[in-house]
Amino acid sequence: MLPLLETSDLATRLLQQCANGVAKGSVYALVAVGYTRVYGVLQLINFAHSDVYMLGAYFSYYPAKWLGYMPEGAEKPKVPFYVLGLAFLFAVSACAATGMLIERLAYRPLRNASRLSALITAIGVSILLQNVGQMVFGADPKSFPRYMDQESVALGPIAVADTSLVIIVVAAAMVGALHLFVQRTRTGAAMRACSHDMRTAGLMGVNVNATVSLTFALGSAMAAVGGMLIAMDQPRLTPTMGLLAGLKAFVAAVLGGIGSIPGAALGGLLLGVAESMVGAWNTTYADAVAFVVLVVVLLVKPSGILGKSGREKV
Amino acid sequence: MLRALGILCLGLAGAFGLHLVVSNAVPPYPALIVNMCGISIILAISLNVINGLTGQFSLGHAGFMAIGAYVSAYFTTTLRYFDPDAARYISEAPLFDGLWGFPPALLAGGIAAALAGLIVGIPTLRLKGDYLAIATLGFGEIVSILLSNFRAVGGTKGLTSIPGYADTFWIYGSAATCLILTGFLQRSTFGRALIAVRENELAAEVMGINAARMKITAFVYGAFFAGVAGGLFGHLMLTISPANFGYMKSVEVVVMLVLGGLGSSTGAVVGALILTVLPEALRDVERQVELSGFRMALYALLLVVMMLFRPQGIFGQRELSLKLLRRLLPSRDKPGRQP
Amino acid sequence: MTSLLETRGLTMRFGGLTAVDDCNLGIREGELFGLIGPNGAGKTTVFNMLTGVYTPSQGSVSFAGRDLRGLGPVRVARLGVSRTFQNIRLFDELSVLENAMTGAHQHAHCRLFDSLLRTGRHHREEARQREIAYRLLAFLGLEDRAGLPARSLPYGHRRKLEIARALATQPRLLCLDEPAAGMNSGEKAELAGLIRRIRDELKVTVLLIEHDMRLVLGICERIQVLDYGKTIALGTPREVQQDRKVIEAYLGAEA
Ligand SMILES: Nc1ncnc2c1ncn2[C@@H]1O[C@H](COP(=O)(O)OP(=O)(O)OP(=O)(O)O)[C@@H](O)[C@H]1O
Ligand SMILES: [Mg+2]
Repeated sequence: MLPLLETSDLATRLLQQCANGVAKGSVYALVAVGYTRVYGVLQLINFAHSDVYMLGAYFSYYPAKWLGYMPEGAEKPKVPFYVLGLAFLFAVSACAATGMLIERLAYRPLRNASRLSALITAIGVSILLQNVGQMVFGADPKSFPRYMDQESVALGPIAVADTSLVIIVVAAAMVGALHLFVQRTRTGAAMRACSHDMRTAGLMGVNVNATVSLTFALGSAMAAVGGMLIAMDQPRLTPTMGLLAGLKAFVAAVLGGIGSIPGAALGGLLLGVAESMVGAWNTTYADAVAFVVLVVVLLVKPSGILGKSGREKV
Repeated sequence: MLRALGILCLGLAGAFGLHLVVSNAVPPYPALIVNMCGISIILAISLNVINGLTGQFSLGHAGFMAIGAYVSAYFTTTLRYFDPDAARYISEAPLFDGLWGFPPALLAGGIAAALAGLIVGIPTLRLKGDYLAIATLGFGEIVSILLSNFRAVGGTKGLTSIPGYADTFWIYGSAATCLILTGFLQRSTFGRALIAVRENELAAEVMGINAARMKITAFVYGAFFAGVAGGLFGHLMLTISPANFGYMKSVEVVVMLVLGGLGSSTGAVVGALILTVLPEALRDVERQVELSGFRMALYALLLVVMMLFRPQGIFGQRELSLKLLRRLLPSRDKPGRQP
Repeated sequence: MTSLLETRGLTMRFGGLTAVDDCNLGIREGELFGLIGPNGAGKTTVFNMLTGVYTPSQGSVSFAGRDLRGLGPVRVARLGVSRTFQNIRLFDELSVLENAMTGAHQHAHCRLFDSLLRTGRHHREEARQREIAYRLLAFLGLEDRAGLPARSLPYGHRRKLEIARALATQPRLLCLDEPAAGMNSGEKAELAGLIRRIRDELKVTVLLIEHDMRLVLGICERIQVLDYGKTIALGTPREVQQDRKVIEAYLGAEA
């Protein structure tokens, strides 16, 4: 009996890690869609994207903190759901605006410059946001108020935190909606045209600047949602929280195939699960998983799982 | 060859002169900044070989620096670390003792970093531009994750009580060597091959230049000197921890290059000087306005503004042509000079 | 005479598009061979396969008795095949002289160590490369521009510099991809003379892609015509000129 028990125990643990990984991966997916769309259009790793995600966390934190209340006898403040809704709206719109602003001020003037210039600028903007964030928000970690009972929901043999379920559901809805938007609407078609060939799209009457702006707005909005979800789940906000998360999300985008929204979602989930599995064994090595995945993907299949491979014309 | 050795000796003599001045006439804090400048110079010149000459965008220079710092400090330090399995402090005598143990320790740090450069260089053959930037960034992060987990070198606390062997002579001697050798490299068939790879990789390959090999060469060369700089840094600061060698350190070196002009060694020197002295000056401002992050924010703003308004940096790809430098380094061909 | 370069059944597919279909080339040592065809016929793609830039989907390439398939551009170059590019690919930030010198890099007799310590071998190598480069710049009439950055050259000179750089690799076969594109008729006439001299004086076999019919018909000994990836004619300029399929292909392309 005993060995059987052990196996099932192991299976349960793996399943449990899987569930945790899916929640983590959902956030990566939300951030990854922004990277993937921007890269698709401008061939630029928008380093600042990870800091927009950080801003999303803070922009949702402050309304929640100010509008929350301290329940009697509780240690932490609590927020009602309508406040969460407000925080969500605020974070999403503020981040979308920030994203568009970054594009307008820092990237658009360099659109015809070398890709290296654009990359260096992106790194600069990222560090700028991080440090301005530190000046404005302070370097000490902030903690999001409670909004749920934060209990676990039993799903068969495993237990999933209710906050994790919220993350998974919200992320799936947002990414799904974005995918439909890009695939089914006229504006979405313009976005796809721009990522296929920006110049031709411009000649065909697509308003390229507006489309690129929209790409940044949507990507940043997604990152904001990711930031808010992670803030609610793991209440430790710091101005540098975006760095590692952003890198991992970018790796997720590459893993799934850069340019593809379903790819970003898939890459995010796979990476999240892989990290959780490794994390169960050693938490610090979990952070290295993403980079190993990156190198392996780029060596084995640089176009990613769902990406199309291209060849340079000579 | 004799002339080359002569120039190297001249560089070392200059470093010694500077050492005499700094150790006798400069108060400790400015002296520290002078020494930090020397280390930044080595970092910037060596990264310029990778990012500037070869056009490979590495964001992992701090990783090479970390490896050099740890390896060389490992050789000169009496290691004391707590072993939880044995439940007691373990102590190991240094492999190299005394000042004459320092050069071999530095060299070991450089070689270890160069090996890492080789290992990083190989996967980068398939990676271009932004992907390479991310991969090297990942390398830097992995190095610091591994070091944080490595008990024998103190984990997140790092190594302490490293002997203070790195004085102005060693630092500027290394910087001069790095500058001179890199100048020689630039003005050779290998330097042209590196630039050819940067300018047009496909055309370089069709000309029979093994681009893969040139890129790896650049990584190994750059990593070696980054490792030496790391070794100097450890023996100057006396303590090192993984936090010293994070992503921000790599970015700092990149900013130095961009400021001086990617591709120009002398530009790298100027960028390194400005960006080592300026933040120290700003440190006081930062303390006064009591806003942490102000300094790095200004750094970042500088970077963005540079890219928008003067993307070629102060010097572009040209070298600073002081008459002195002209005479020291063999000059390029002037138009019309016949063979 | 045996062939210096021979391809059998050379085929290149890009997804659904067959850019080059079953191409057989046989170029003799010392020949001046033309490869022509309407836009998109697959000429550049043939060059890319010959020089190792693309690996053919099918077929073989042999050069001086060696199989080139899958060797990659570096090793192909070292075996003695060099080329220019239709879309000029110079090393813009290097000087004109340095551009030509990079061609001679592959035969360098010195190692990194020599260059770092400036040994005698380093100096000899620099002198050797400079000598080759100057000779070729003079050959192409660019010697008085040697010190200028390549990016500052006018268009026609850029094309010539590409030829000089390719020749500096000391090839046995030189592939020229539309060297006259963008030149005026005076420059074209001069170029025709140069190509002949490359073959006659430097003893390099030349494979020429060119849209300018006067030039090709005037200097090539044999011409092969591609259309939609397929060979439609092969022969002397005269034969090709009178070939019905060739006339149709060109008229069709223009109509
Ligand atoms: N890397 C590539 N990927 C996809 N298709 C390609 C690639 N390279 C070439 N092609 C296609 O192959 C066909 C032949 O192209 P190629 O450049 O060889 O023609 P060409 O004869 O050199 O034409 P031109 O006279 O215009 O230079 C074209 O339809 C082109 O679009
Ligand atoms: Mg062509």
